[in-house]
Amino acid sequence: MSEKLSSILLKNGRLIDAGQNLDGNFDIFLLNGKVAEVAPNLDVAADQVVDLNGLWVLPGAIDLHVHLREPGYEYKETILSGARAAVAGGFTSIACMANTNPINDSAAVTRFILEQARLAPAKVLPIAAISQGMLGEVLVEMGDLVAAGAVAFSDDGKTVPNSKLLRHALEYASLFEKPLFCHCQDNALFADGVIHEGMISAAHGLTGIPTLAEEVDIARTIMLAEYLKVPVHICHLSTRGGVELVKAAKARGVKVTAEATPHHLFLDERAVVDLEYREPLDENLKPSMLCYNTNTKMSPPLRAAEDVAALREALAAGIIDAIATDHAPHEATEKAVEYGLAPFGVVGLETALSLALRLVQEGVLTPLQVAARMSCEPAAILGLKDRGSLAPGMAADLMIVDPEREWAVDPDKFYSIARNTPFAGWHLKGRVIKTIVDGQVVFSL
Amino acid sequence: MGFKRKDLLGTRDLLAVEIKSLLESAESFKEIAERPLKKVPALRGKTVVNLFFEPSTRTRTSFEIAAKRLSADAVNMSASTSSVVKGESLIDTVDNIQAMAPDIVVIRHGHVGAAHLIAGRIGASVVNAGDGANEHPTQALLDLLTIAEHKKLEPGLTVAIIGDIAHSRVARSNIWALITLGVTVRVCAPPTMLPRGLENIAGIQICRRPEEALDGADVVMMLRIQLERQDRLLFPSIRDYARIFGLNRRRLNLARPDAIVMHPGPMNRGVEITSEVADGEHAVILNQVSNGVALRMAVLFMLGGQGA
Repeated sequence: MSEKLSSILLKNGRLIDAGQNLDGNFDIFLLNGKVAEVAPNLDVAADQVVDLNGLWVLPGAIDLHVHLREPGYEYKETILSGARAAVAGGFTSIACMANTNPINDSAAVTRFILEQARLAPAKVLPIAAISQGMLGEVLVEMGDLVAAGAVAFSDDGKTVPNSKLLRHALEYASLFEKPLFCHCQDNALFADGVIHEGMISAAHGLTGIPTLAEEVDIARTIMLAEYLKVPVHICHLSTRGGVELVKAAKARGVKVTAEATPHHLFLDERAVVDLEYREPLDENLKPSMLCYNTNTKMSPPLRAAEDVAALREALAAGIIDAIATDHAPHEATEKAVEYGLAPFGVVGLETALSLALRLVQEGVLTPLQVAARMSCEPAAILGLKDRGSLAPGMAADLMIVDPEREWAVDPDKFYSIARNTPFAGWHLKGRVIKTIVDGQVVFSL
Repeated sequence: MGFKRKDLLGTRDLLAVEIKSLLESAESFKEIAERPLKKVPALRGKTVVNLFFEPSTRTRTSFEIAAKRLSADAVNMSASTSSVVKGESLIDTVDNIQAMAPDIVVIRHGHVGAAHLIAGRIGASVVNAGDGANEHPTQALLDLLTIAEHKKLEPGLTVAIIGDIAHSRVARSNIWALITLGVTVRVCAPPTMLPRGLENIAGIQICRRPEEALDGADVVMMLRIQLERQDRLLFPSIRDYARIFGLNRRRLNLARPDAIVMHPGPMNRGVEITSEVADGEHAVILNQVSNGVALRMAVLFMLGGQGA
């Protein structure tokens, strides 16, 4: 990293900021790590003046859902490698899940994560477990964890099957105004499922995961939050029925928020048997196995085409508040196995923003909605008061995007240690070319 | 010739002309079983590795006899699925086998797509002898060979497949091949063993009751019920299953008078099929076994006999 700059003037950019409801040409003056001024034509002295010549400026993206694998699984990803991947994808803050080894269920682990993150280019926000050891039996010491820096609580993939424990977790967390992030899944209905239960599972004999497994638990979670009058956040919605449940709950005034991942917004169950079903892939970059490629295996699974359509509609309508990646790195050999034996999960940090821009190109979102779903709303869900917008006084966290830049996804060029993306070989248009965190340039293409 | 692939992984994407070509070739190999010296030199010097990750007697033996009758050197490797526990991945196992330069690898594996994973990795031809609940193409083709001895494999023929459709690779491979040939396919299973989503696949008639599936059927295929599935809450008891779905003489009377009864084996007598039906005049179950050898000879010949 070069010497520290105390001021940067960004001139002639197109500022797209949902927090200020601005989409237009503005100059932005960054001073001492904060946004100092935003105006159509600024003339101030700065250490560095950058003429953006029409490039886009968005508040740094905030990812509500990543797995950084450290401590415990550093061969998959480290806090540093994950943060580098983040800033390469325009993410300036990333909230990391607690399923490390040891699990982040104590202040000591939270402090370790923050200590490791001191040199990381992105802000790392630890999510603590809900229950000790994620065993679903005893609550973690929430007060202690919040004091150490935990921003939210989640047992993620383990879920909290015991409704009484989930009730108490929701109640107790509300004391600290910290959200619970719920991976909704009925474990008995999920069973040994591998892919979405539907046309492809029926035809190929892969065990299905019914939409029901997700929806039954979303319903339970919403009912608890409604009864207790506390907020709750639903992770990675993947089904039309889940969207309907969240929509109805919001209409009733329940404080429920929801996220969706780029892979659920772009791919359906057909990708499991043909990665090229949606569009032709780059000849040099496409994987050798297009059928049963384990980079189509994640939880929740890729659903039916009608589910993808429902998610897109809900994202545009604001029923889904945020795009989150569920970045889940795995080592290549762990994925190079029989489909049924492969671990669930795909990486997403380095492709999410360009895929969100694809949603703009496909007419699903406006650029302002991209800024809302990737920065403004995630900041609100986490209660981050100084991030998610580039209004004066906010942290100078932003990305500069070249909306015309074309590139093909090459996993070998990822900053992440892992390469398990289902988007290898995709031709995308629009890319982050510079990322700034706290006024410092942390990534340049 | 109609079949020119490197591998036989399934029937799903086989063309009718490829299926017919394999059946014709198998027809010509049937006669070898009648000879006093049951051997032809077609694959002399070729190595066939039978790589079985799941226990199997019938299919493995059938492939072994087929290879030997073609004068190939057949090697059996029974890798239990515990090789994963031992720490060797499927890819490492297969890389080791490839290093020994086999010509054909026959693989059975408990997971869907295992044969595809291998086929994409090695130069040898791969025959899928069963991958999870996905495909078992040689079983389906030998079933077709058996049907063709009694019926015309063409539109107008009705085949009823009854049993645990959800977990059956035999059912799937038969369904794809029969649909490709224009045959009417009826399936019938307890609702807990009928995969959701099947109703969206064109060409399959789903019947709620076996009586409905059997009505006027030309061919009846009974599937093996895996008794351990009872522990997984899929059906209340074997007794209840046999009562509602078992094929007995009374039910068989609903089918055409000249209907044939098939079973891929091994049978649970008294569960999915009564002994009087299994040993009765409609049953062609042992013909299926005999045809298995001829059909597998045809497959090995088509894959191993070209190019070399």
